[in-house]
Amino acid sequence: MTDINISSKEIDGMGPRGTKVGLLRVLGPAHVWALGVGIVLVGEYMGWNFAVGKGGAYAALIACWFAGLLYTCVAMIDSEVTSTVAAAGGQYTQAKHIVGPLMAFNVGLYLVFAYTMLEAANAITIGFLVDSVANMTGHTGLDQRPFIVLSIMFLAWLNYRGVLATLTFSLVITAFAFVAVIVLFLATSGLTGASPLHHTDLLTGLPYGWVGVLAAMHFGLWYYLGIEGTTQAAEEVRSPARSLPFGTLAGIMTLLIAATLTWYVAAGLMPWEYLGQAGVPLFDAARLSGSTFLMVLLGIGTLFATLASANGCINDASRAWFAMGRDHYLPSWFGAVHPHYRTPFRSIVFLIPIALIFALGAPLDQVITFSILSGLLEYTFMPINMILYDPVPAEMAA
Amino acid sequence: MDLWTVLEYAAWGASVLFGLYILYDWFVTNSRYSEEVLTSSREGELEAMTEQQKN
Repeated sequence: MTDINISSKEIDGMGPRGTKVGLLRVLGPAHVWALGVGIVLVGEYMGWNFAVGKGGAYAALIACWFAGLLYTCVAMIDSEVTSTVAAAGGQYTQAKHIVGPLMAFNVGLYLVFAYTMLEAANAITIGFLVDSVANMTGHTGLDQRPFIVLSIMFLAWLNYRGVLATLTFSLVITAFAFVAVIVLFLATSGLTGASPLHHTDLLTGLPYGWVGVLAAMHFGLWYYLGIEGTTQAAEEVRSPARSLPFGTLAGIMTLLIAATLTWYVAAGLMPWEYLGQAGVPLFDAARLSGSTFLMVLLGIGTLFATLASANGCINDASRAWFAMGRDHYLPSWFGAVHPHYRTPFRSIVFLIPIALIFALGAPLDQVITFSILSGLLEYTFMPINMILYDPVPAEMAA
Repeated sequence: MDLWTVLEYAAWGASVLFGLYILYDWFVTNSRYSEEVLTSSREGELEAMTEQQKN
């Protein structure tokens, strides 16, 4: 390719078949872990406990482990397929190569909707959390909008500036939020003194029988929903065949541990009737432990988990949108890469106003429903994808 | 004016700054580089770039 100057210092990076600027391969397994766990961990801090309201604490535990089994399969599918289809777009790119263009287009749109709506939901939650802190200090009537807008604009700016800083930030705050769950468990388990947990009194069987277990199932997804987002980093990891399986499977293990510990602590501190309706159950558990340190730790953990989720969502939605633009499923204008920051900058900017409109103008429950429905539609493609997936193409096997 | 009111104004101000930075850089980048360069990324062509960066 004589028309390509591979020694250029102005535009660092020249590919052999026309790529002059592309996404930067700088990520390792820890960043993949942070991307997957970061999107999900907020589900441990809030949301999962509605399963308790549907069928009691034991039903929530059954839902937690059954959903964990299903999501372990999701993690293994993504680990295997994406390490061989290592390109931005994740499930969209898998569908393009394995199923066909129509499925790819639909999956791509589901991905963008799921992540952009989840970003908006996280921003709304950040506004709520700041308002809660203001209320605790005696200030009432806080305007949540500037904090909602700031969370989206700051994270969009971070994503615009580069993927390494973005996911390193996610790594730090996600690790903090995970460690906070571990500390809460250790502090309340009785290992370091008297335990405030009362499982014997609070675990009262299945109040609605096995129908309650069935009703609890869909909230069991909250413990893990989003781990499949690790695949969006496929084009930016240094070693896809190593980093993607390592980061994704470490991520699902982390979530299984965090989910079980979260259930154990919360179910031992709150009666199921209260826990099933709590807005921030882990923070409430910390308050009930009677420790100011734990209360502050879990309060910061809740905020960090929410920020990490929004951060990962911006990253993933923009990669899916970018990949669709690059493949001409959308205007190719969206397939642009920033020559200096090496990020899909037009896709990041384009999705900002959409997230802002939904975060400022739509109710939280509708935004979350929009996100989860898009995610579930995306999941319907995965078994088809796995059945059609051929790790050794016929022409190579012959 | 209490602390939370100040924080509200600070959050609006910081949001505007982040937005202006993004818009300014977006405009400059679109002006400075051709569409051919900006949209030249192709799937599966990054390995050679990685090798180039190592050198």
